[in-house]
Amino acid sequence: MNRAPHSPWLYRFAIGTALATLALLSVGGLVTSKGVGMAVPDWPTSYGYNMFWLPISWWKGGVFYEHTHRLVAVFVGLLTSILAAWMWGRETTGRVRWAGWFTILALVLMLGHRGSGNAEGGAAGVPAHFKFLAGLMPALLIFSVAQCVRTRSALRWLAMSAFFAVILQGILGGFRVALYKDQIGIAHATLAQLFFTFICALALFLSRGWSDTDAKPTERERGLRCWFMVATLLIFFQLLLGATMRHQHAGLAIWDFPLAHGQAWPDTSVEAITRYNQQRAELVALNPITAVQVRLQMVHRILALLITIVVALSAWLTLKHAARGSVLRKVAVAWLALIALQMALGILTVLKNKPADLATAHVIVGALSFATGVVLLLLAWRVEILSFTRGGPVLSSPDGVVTN
Amino acid sequence: MKMTNWFLTTTALLAAAQFAAAADVTGKITLKGAPPEEKVLPLDPVCGKLHTVPLKTRFYVTDGKGGLADVFIYIKSGLTGAAPAPSATPAVLDQVGCEYTPYVIGVQVNQKMNVLNSDALLHNVHPTPIVEGNKEFNRAQLPKGPPISTAWPQSEILLRFKCDVHPWMFAYVGVVEHPYFAVSAKDGSFTIKNVPAGKYVIEALHRKTGKPVAKEVTVGANGAVADFTIELQ
Ligand SMILES: [Cu+2]
Repeated sequence: MNRAPHSPWLYRFAIGTALATLALLSVGGLVTSKGVGMAVPDWPTSYGYNMFWLPISWWKGGVFYEHTHRLVAVFVGLLTSILAAWMWGRETTGRVRWAGWFTILALVLMLGHRGSGNAEGGAAGVPAHFKFLAGLMPALLIFSVAQCVRTRSALRWLAMSAFFAVILQGILGGFRVALYKDQIGIAHATLAQLFFTFICALALFLSRGWSDTDAKPTERERGLRCWFMVATLLIFFQLLLGATMRHQHAGLAIWDFPLAHGQAWPDTSVEAITRYNQQRAELVALNPITAVQVRLQMVHRILALLITIVVALSAWLTLKHAARGSVLRKVAVAWLALIALQMALGILTVLKNKPADLATAHVIVGALSFATGVVLLLLAWRVEILSFTRGGPVLSSPDGVVTN
Repeated sequence: MKMTNWFLTTTALLAAAQFAAAADVTGKITLKGAPPEEKVLPLDPVCGKLHTVPLKTRFYVTDGKGGLADVFIYIKSGLTGAAPAPSATPAVLDQVGCEYTPYVIGVQVNQKMNVLNSDALLHNVHPTPIVEGNKEFNRAQLPKGPPISTAWPQSEILLRFKCDVHPWMFAYVGVVEHPYFAVSAKDGSFTIKNVPAGKYVIEALHRKTGKPVAKEVTVGANGAVADFTIELQ
C-alpha cells in the first residue's frame, strides 16, 4: 500500500471517482425506481444510434433516465480506466508499464467499438466481442485480485481489479436490457454497491493518513472488530435482499408499517396474496406480488432492526473503548447516523407508497452504510494490513516494478 | 361432373349443418361491491399535454349500474376436435394519448395481432409473457410508425404489454387456443360468437380481482346465456 509516495492529486482523483460512482448509483437507482430500465430497447446502441449521438429529441420520458444512466456509466468507466492507468504507471516501469497501459487501452477501445447495433433490441443486437468480454472479465478480476495478494496488495492490482469490475458492471447492465433478464438486474445492482465500496477503499489507501500509524490497537480496540464485521456482513445481506426485491419489479409487497397487511406477521396464503394484488393500485406496470416477496420484505424489516441494534452497539463500544482522537470514533458515529437515516428512509418508502426519489435515496444511503462498514473494518485492521504490505517483496523485482 | 356436384352439395350441407349447430353465447358481467376509486396516472409533461382531464387507472371500468368492462371470457374446457384456424383479421392494440387501448383484448393462438402507435411520440412495445414458448420482445415504435405485428404460439391468460418509455402504460391480451372468447363491454355485456353446440365450462376473469369465475353452459341451437357475478373481496 505504500509502494509509491503519497500523491494528493491521485487521492483527489480517487475521491472524485467515488463521488461520480455515487452519482451513477443514484441515476441507476432512479431508473429502477421509475421502472424505465427497458426504455431504450437496444444495447450497446441506443435506438440504433451510437449512444453518444442519440438526438436530444429522443430523451423523453423513461428514455431520459435510462440514457443518462448509460452516459454517466461511460463517464465513470473512463474515470476508472484513468485511475487504473495512473496507479499502474506509478508502480511500474518499462515493459510492464506499457503492457498494463496497452491492456487498459485495448479494453477501452473494444468497449468503444459498439458494432452496428440493432434498434429492435434483444440479444441479436449485442456484438460478439461483448459476449467475449463478459466471459473474460470475471477471469481477469480473479487474476488481478490474486495478484494483489501475491504481490502483497500492490495498489496497481487493486486499481486493475476496479477497472475489470467496472467493465463487467457495464456489460451486466447491457445484458440485463438485451436479454430481458430481471435476475441480471440483481447482480448489476449488487456489483454497483460493491464497486462503489471498492473505490472508497482505494481512496482510503491513497489517503495521506492511511499509512501514518504504527500504534498497535489495544486489546479492547481489537474487540471492536468482531462487531464491525458482523454489522457489515448483515448490511451486505440486507443489500442483497434490497436488490432482489427491487429487481422483481413488483413494487411494495407490504405497504403498511409497523404492521404488515394489518398483522404482526402477514398472511401469505393464496387467498391473501390474491387479495393484496387486488387491493393495491399499481400506477405503473408492476409484476404481481407473490408470497415470497411478502416474506422477503418481512426478513428485510427484521434484518433492519438487527442491523440498527448491532451498529448502535458498535458505535457505543467504539466510543467507550477506542483511544481518544482515534478516527474509528468519528466513523462509527457517522455509521450510526447513516443507519438511522436509512431506517427512516425505508419506513417512509413504505408509508408513501414507494415514490422514486425516496426509494432511490434508500439505495444511496444503503450503499454509503455498506461502504462505511468496510472502511471501518479496514481502519480497524489497519496495522495488520500495513504490516502485511510492508512485508511484501521489494518493489524492484524482475517484473520491472518501481522501488520506492 | 356428377362426382363434383355431389361433393359440392355435401360440403354445402355440412357447412349449413355446422352453421345451424353454432350459436352465440351471450351474457353479462356484474360486479358486486363498490370498486375503489381509480387513481390518477403519473403522466410526464409530454403525455400530460395530450389530455385535458387527468388520465386514471382502469382497474374497474363500470357503467355504474353493476356492469363491469374488460373481463376476459372464454371457453375453458369442453371443446372437441381441432380448433378452427385463427381469423385472418388481425387483433389490434393501439397506443393513443400515451395509453394502450383497449385495456384488454383477446386473440387466438397464432392469430396475428398489430400494435399501432397513433401518437406523435415514441413508444416502446414490450410484451412480458411468462408462458414458455411466448417470446418477450421490446421494440421501439416511432411516432405514428408502422404497426408492430406479432402472434403468440402458446395460450396465456393474461399476457401483459407495457411501454417502458411511459411506465404507466400497460394492457393485457388473453391468448387462447380457439376463437371462442370475448371481452365484456362497459355495461358488462359480451358475446362469444359461433360456438358449436355442446357442453362447456366458461370462465370469466377480471384482471384486477384475479379470481376467475367458472360456469357450466350448454350451448344449443339458440346459443346460451351465461351471466357472471364477480365479487370484490
Ligand atoms: Cu409509451
